[in-house]
Amino acid sequence: MASRGQSWGRYPRASHAIAGVTNRHAPLPAFEGTALPHGNGRSYGDSCLNPGGTLLATRGLDRFIAFDPATGELRCEAGVLLGEILEQVVPQGWFVPVSPGTRHVTIGGAIANDVHGKNHHAAGSFGHHVECFELLRSDGSRVLCRRGNPDGLFEATVGGLGLTGVITWAQIRLRRIHSPWMEVETVRFGSLAEFFPLSAASAVDHEYTVAWIDCLARGASLGRGLFMRANHAPACPERRPAAPRERLGMPVTPPFSLVNRLTLRPFNTLYYQRQQATSRREVVHYAPYFYPLDGIRDWNRMYGPRGFLQYQCVLPPDAARDGIAELMREISASGSGSFLAVLKEFGTRESLGLMSFPRPGTTLALDFPNDGASVFTLLERLDRIVDAANGAVYPAKDARLGGDSFRRAFPRWEQFTAFVDPRFSSGFWRRVMENPCKKS
Amino acid sequence: MQKILIIGATSAIAEATARLYAARGAALFLAGRDATRLDAIGADLRVRGAASVDVFALDVNDIERHTILLDAAWEAMGGVDVTLIAHGTLPEQRACEESDGLALREFATNGTSTIALCGTIARRLHAQDAGTLAVISSVAGDRGRASNYVYGSAKAAVSTYLSGLRQRLNASGVNVLTIKPGFVDTPMTKAFKKGLLWATPAQVARGIVRAVDRRRSVAYLPWFWAPIMLVIRSIPEFIFRRIQL
Repeated sequence: MASRGQSWGRYPRASHAIAGVTNRHAPLPAFEGTALPHGNGRSYGDSCLNPGGTLLATRGLDRFIAFDPATGELRCEAGVLLGEILEQVVPQGWFVPVSPGTRHVTIGGAIANDVHGKNHHAAGSFGHHVECFELLRSDGSRVLCRRGNPDGLFEATVGGLGLTGVITWAQIRLRRIHSPWMEVETVRFGSLAEFFPLSAASAVDHEYTVAWIDCLARGASLGRGLFMRANHAPACPERRPAAPRERLGMPVTPPFSLVNRLTLRPFNTLYYQRQQATSRREVVHYAPYFYPLDGIRDWNRMYGPRGFLQYQCVLPPDAARDGIAELMREISASGSGSFLAVLKEFGTRESLGLMSFPRPGTTLALDFPNDGASVFTLLERLDRIVDAANGAVYPAKDARLGGDSFRRAFPRWEQFTAFVDPRFSSGFWRRVMENPCKKS
Repeated sequence: MQKILIIGATSAIAEATARLYAARGAALFLAGRDATRLDAIGADLRVRGAASVDVFALDVNDIERHTILLDAAWEAMGGVDVTLIAHGTLPEQRACEESDGLALREFATNGTSTIALCGTIARRLHAQDAGTLAVISSVAGDRGRASNYVYGSAKAAVSTYLSGLRQRLNASGVNVLTIKPGFVDTPMTKAFKKGLLWATPAQVARGIVRAVDRRRSVAYLPWFWAPIMLVIRSIPEFIFRRIQL
């Protein structure tokens, strides 16, 4: 598998010993030094890497264990992909309770990053829908983890970045659906100031809300974009488009990033202008709605050989309006950014994990091509805005955040360290724990 | 509904093939050494749509028990349409060169036990005048190579046996399929460096199901191994002996 030992952002590069885990009943394979579970490698930075150490490749744990189509209770091994679950359960009227922007993540990864989706305001994050799971530690012990157990391992492992042990299997509760289609309404908004009331109004009667924003728009248009709000469609909507087949792909890595100053502004302007009407309604299949980028295989290659960095942060409600505007001004002034920049308001449901990222506020996510130097300076400027607003950067997306910022944003890190398996580590974890933050 | 018997069902290729049949709603009967892993695979196949799954723990070298296994499979599914023989080990060639006992044991697992199974199964399929006997042999059986000739000779025995069996059963309704995978990325080959020629178990499984459906005789999987092996078979021995493969 090409993605082995690599993260989705293809930065940083690292070499590992790789040991496959394929039998959930077997002990962990022997390894020297430290190890880290590695599912499908869709974390962007180094939270799924363990440079110089071992990766325990868990994709081979890809068996279903039990599924009850009457109740939607699903138990499966931790290397099963959300997409593989959907293939089985959508025809039987069920859907994953929370889904990130790609279906190519393992269920173990979804738990370890306590992933969120467009329905966070309604459903919380992935951990809220996990009934129980088994954790296999390096000392050979196996723990059945349930929410609220006195050992605290459930809360440490949800959002625990794989550091507490290997999740061998998990049981989750699915969500009932009546068809594979989505009723989507896209509302155009002209500035960041319009986003917040639109988001608040949409959250009331839409299960899924998210906004695409033009990360290069400035001045009065700063933060303009398209707000997408959706619900699962009834059994038989008036239009029933078929699931598109995955046809496109990036077969090779171009020698330079295709996302650059020449392409970014025209794309964003055209994408925004494409919809002239204020509001447009349509019925679409769930796949292009939830996973637009899954339609292009290996899309991460378009950023060229040096890869890219994704930046996702959340700012608390009281600081969100000013803080997001400040972040957007920095980004648009830099001229860098990505085709896909998204803005979403989280709900107030408290995450279960000690180290979970989702928290009340507004989250912004976008990619930056790795140009070697200036992107790191830009991201450090963004860090300072996030620090000042008492926000947080998402570890699953990160490859360079300083330890000070991390420890401020995740104040329960000290409590968490007691749960970290003594033989487990990651590039991310060593970085935020060992290197003091560079103050400039 | 197809009734599928898989021997060596915990192998990666067999498991991937079983998933394709499960998705079609087939009934499956799985035999293998490790009962715990068979149960895990069985549960998975039920979720994936198999009409029924039964499992049977067996060491294929226990040839006395082959009849018990086949009786159980025929009884559980009310007959068998497709039999896939997929068990095997990848012996350590160096160790086999030092120990004739080990070489013979490996030959028994990969060659003799398979031939014994094929004989018994062929009689049953012949009696019902229908069905497919699909056996995973290997490109390694097409010519002996210094790096792997104990395994290769066992697979050669299997391929030759199947070729004769196919001729014998040609007029019957039974199809005999020899499957010759090349390099496949499975736990059996985890010690190898992987390159361009390597295929995934899922790719090979799709090839197996297609070859069974089309009643093919020999299937190189992926297809490009057919021309590669044609070249390798046609190298004169006086040259071949000097090549290190």
